[in-house]
Amino acid sequence: MARIHVTTPITPEQVRQIRAGDEVLITGEIYTARDAAHKRMVEDLAAGRPLPFDPEGAVIYYVGPTPPKPGQVIGSAGPTTSYRMDKYTPTMLRHGVRLVIGKGYRSDEVKAALQEYGGAYLVATGGAGALLARRIEEAEVIAYEDLGAEAIRRLRVREFPTICINDVHGGDQYFAGQSQWVKPDAMVKPKPPVASE
Amino acid sequence: MREIHVDQVADAVARLVQEANFKLSDDVVRALSQAQSLEEAPVGQTVLMQIVENYTIAETEQVPMCQDTGVALVFLEIGQDVHLVGGDLYEAINRGVARGYTEGRLRMSMLNDPIQRVNTRDNTPAMIYVDIVPGDRLKIKVDTKGGGSENMSQLKMLPPSAGWEGAKQFIVETVAAAGPNACPPLLVGVGIGGNFDKCALLAKKALLREVGSPHPDPEWAAREQELLEEINKLGVGPMGLGGVVTALAVHIEVMGCHITALPVAVNIECHSHRHKEVTL
Repeated sequence: MARIHVTTPITPEQVRQIRAGDEVLITGEIYTARDAAHKRMVEDLAAGRPLPFDPEGAVIYYVGPTPPKPGQVIGSAGPTTSYRMDKYTPTMLRHGVRLVIGKGYRSDEVKAALQEYGGAYLVATGGAGALLARRIEEAEVIAYEDLGAEAIRRLRVREFPTICINDVHGGDQYFAGQSQWVKPDAMVKPKPPVASE
Repeated sequence: MREIHVDQVADAVARLVQEANFKLSDDVVRALSQAQSLEEAPVGQTVLMQIVENYTIAETEQVPMCQDTGVALVFLEIGQDVHLVGGDLYEAINRGVARGYTEGRLRMSMLNDPIQRVNTRDNTPAMIYVDIVPGDRLKIKVDTKGGGSENMSQLKMLPPSAGWEGAKQFIVETVAAAGPNACPPLLVGVGIGGNFDKCALLAKKALLREVGSPHPDPEWAAREQELLEEINKLGVGPMGLGGVVTALAVHIEVMGCHITALPVAVNIECHSHRHKEVTL
């Protein structure tokens, strides 16, 4: 398991270097979006309207931060649970988004779309919102301001710490990591990823 | 009859929602420290270190430890010799929540309607639970509960033939399915018995106990221990990356039930279990 530094925008070559289990440190501009923002972006695309940011090589972080205190760039800003974006993620990947950051399991459709369009799914430590905010140097709302915490923000991050769970090659770190520690007599076993074509 | 002004309740709620989000309570700190001594997986150790570093930053800087500052659960134990004066109690609680979330710069996560989905911008409505108890005191317990873990909770009306083994299977399956989504290491609140709604309430109230405190009935305390061991065999580990500490504790609350029924509810709570209480 490697430690990989990437700078945005992300190229297809960089995506191919990232393997499930790798520590990925991200520097540059990334965009925040949760359920409500994804719903609007997918509606925008369906209506032929452009996205609020250039999706080619983009990184999306599933986060709804708390309001900043005076002097702070952003409030607490840890990842939200990713499966709620599963419905929208293949569309975002198809339009060029390369990395998405959240926490938790993804659907088989998302894992297949990562391989088809060339993307990777990364996680940051859930509940570590105060710690992760320290890696965010700038934050600006760029779209859907009426959504409050769910508005799209452009963040400038430095060495934002993530771990790759699902890579472009079909690797699945939740399965690999849990398989290493599950006891032989456990009542439920880790679910293997569905092999894709 | 002892009089308590509802403004005192509002003030207490406004303070508790902030304290809960800024400072992890001692029982959770102890449980996480114990998790650090038990965890064998290097990546699990790294995650636990980040969790500890995070709550330390939150306390020092008085900022929320998690960006999901939760739905405000407000549990009142009202002494039957207390007379609440000065206005509508429920309105006062919601006023306290709105003030606390605004003053503390907590995230407004509540919507007006589950389908319309417009943010109320003051984190109301609070979820209010009232118990009438003997005495002339008023105890207020606040739990600011995140959505990620709540979403992984389940309730099942099992047939009585399922017995303890069936209940255990359902509870362990629920925790396995929650996995990394619910931010482990988890606190698992279980309700067994009652009816459909009381069972869910038992599971929620189980979360309010001091983390790791055993059920007073030794038979149920042993079942809590048995469940904790089964859950920690899953290999889920801190943040689901693999490890031996999937849950910090399992708390069970039980109640009698109908001859046809064996209701079981599992209310999942994340490692950032934010609860505070005060007695007026």
